Amino acid sequence: MDIAWFKKIRKPKQPVENRRMQVPEGLWVKCNSCKEIIYKKEVLRNSNVCPKCNYHFRISARERLAALFDEGRYQEVDTDIYSIDPLRFRDVKPYKDRLREYRERTGLNDAVINARGTMGGFQVTLSVMEYGFMGGSMGSAVGEKVTRAVERSLDERIPLVVISCSGGARMQEGALSLMQMAKIAAALGKLHEAGIPYISVLTDPTAGGVTASYAMLGDLNIAEPKALIGFAGPRVIEQTIREKLPEGFQRSEFLLEHGMLDFIVERREMREILIKCLKFLVNTEALAASAPAAGSSTAAAGSSGGAVQDSEASGQMARSREPLPFPTSIVARKQAQPPEIR
Amino acid sequence: MAVEDDDFERPLRDLEKKIEELSGVPGGDDRADEIARLVRRLETMRQEIYARLSPWQRALVARHPKRPYTLDYIQFLFSDFVEIHGDRKYSDDPAIVAGLATYKGTPVAVIGHQKGRDTREKVRRNFGMPRPEGYRKAMRVMDLAEKFQRPLFTFVDTPGAYPGKGAEERGQAEAIAISLRTMARLSIPIVVTVTGEGGSGGALAIAIGDRVLMLENSIYSVISPEGCAAILWSDQGKAKEAARAMRITAPDLKELEIVDEIIPEPPGGAQADPARQASILDEVLMAQLEEIRSLPSSDRLEMRYQKFRRMGKFGQAKFF
Ligand SMILES: [Zn+2]
Repeated sequence: MDIAWFKKIRKPKQPVENRRMQVPEGLWVKCNSCKEIIYKKEVLRNSNVCPKCNYHFRISARERLAALFDEGRYQEVDTDIYSIDPLRFRDVKPYKDRLREYRERTGLNDAVINARGTMGGFQVTLSVMEYGFMGGSMGSAVGEKVTRAVERSLDERIPLVVISCSGGARMQEGALSLMQMAKIAAALGKLHEAGIPYISVLTDPTAGGVTASYAMLGDLNIAEPKALIGFAGPRVIEQTIREKLPEGFQRSEFLLEHGMLDFIVERREMREILIKCLKFLVNTEALAASAPAAGSSTAAAGSSGGAVQDSEASGQMARSREPLPFPTSIVARKQAQPPEIR
Repeated sequence: MAVEDDDFERPLRDLEKKIEELSGVPGGDDRADEIARLVRRLETMRQEIYARLSPWQRALVARHPKRPYTLDYIQFLFSDFVEIHGDRKYSDDPAIVAGLATYKGTPVAVIGHQKGRDTREKVRRNFGMPRPEGYRKAMRVMDLAEKFQRPLFTFVDTPGAYPGKGAEERGQAEAIAISLRTMARLSIPIVVTVTGEGGSGGALAIAIGDRVLMLENSIYSVISPEGCAAILWSDQGKAKEAARAMRITAPDLKELEIVDEIIPEPPGGAQADPARQASILDEVLMAQLEEIRSLPSSDRLEMRYQKFRRMGKFGQAKFF
């Protein structure tokens, strides 16, 4: 994750309700991939995908949520978890200040949103990462929220979908960030044993500790086209092997070819395909047969671990959304260099 | 970086050289007294230097080329070691050693990163940086341990998983992810010891256990100090600052509630006296294994889950 790089990304400055009005200045947008100048409305209508070259512009977590749930309606949960600065970390800037800035800029507590609702009538838990918040990096708060999403699915015996978009573990929380990989993988181990479906969706970019834990642990691992997906970052690899990587290395199509992905799916077909998969994965009879006799209480047992202060259980009123896919602004993206991955 | 920061052992080497010189020349009782005095001074000096190592210096000790590696500990602590090779899919990865052994009469499984001693061996072992095959081999041995209900010991010492082209092509991330999930759900007792470098996901992949121990001068971090410095400070030379900021030392990790126990090292570090280090470690391993073995496996498994479940520090409040 390269701070300087993701600083250059435009980020929505207001909560989503107002943001939809806030179409980026100008009527035209330049595609990062084919460099064509395109009429912006055409891109918006096309799920934020370039109509010329199929480049998938990066979109916000809330845009994804609205596009995936039935009628764009969902309930955000675990909204009260936020990052503190456990190491009192300071590089060229204090981590505390960075956190405050990103909270103000994104209107989010941290780099992931948990939500529940229905998809094609199926109750699902959805965890969607927000690249706009420190490059989607995973610290304790992200780890806790994703774990809670897993445990919610486990407790309610409903499918889990995680949409990853992250440069990897957050350095500013040191080994605490690293341990989130273990924590989430352990929860997914329970989910796996319980026979509850988990679909992992990898978007551009999915890297480092996020790839090497929950993003690769789905019953199905699927990706958007041309997403950068890997463990080590391209620059680190190039420095190590002292050669230039071929075009397309670590992109979705490359991973598919090497047997690391189940399939690639276009953004405008994402919802439809997820529902198709859920039809197979949600086997009510099998789930009922494997249900534990007594009520499980995994989430309750571990949910307050690590919290510095308690507050009442999170959860807010269902938000109503337009059913249109990706109705809000394009998050313009600088293609100058690929993000650094850990 | 100042030379004295990196070469903090120089005063010790200088004194050792002096003692050696004096010993080589014939002399009377005075000479013998002088040598004895210098030897005592050397020991005091060594203890003093090692008592106040900076986080960066600890990283250097953790990477010391003479530090005992997994195969050394295996030789000291286990008998009947039978090494298992290959992932049965693609190849064998010498950066991870794994096998069957006996520990105090009990059959156990052992897995660890392995660095090389001389140049040829270092290259063969890829400097202890595993490829996906290494983790897949480790998982084969985990499965054997699970099937036959044998305790598992792991030894962690790697700069990280290898960031190479082939490693990416063959699913480095997938191998690590599956290993994490597998270890978290094994019903057998697992004791993890970080002996040198606990380098990021490549270390963590074999470091999920009921007990996680760290040698006094080992390190454990999300990224190397150099890597962190290059990204956050845009200057690899700031590795010292990064080492401090990321809190990578054993006492740091104990305080952050990531490791259970710090294993003391002999004066001058593990590399100064590997046999003694092994015997210190032996006592701790024995006690820890005893404790976790006595638990019913379902309790142990849930305790392991909660142990990692609690890791992380965050707040709870509504901003929006
Ligand atoms: Zn285009």
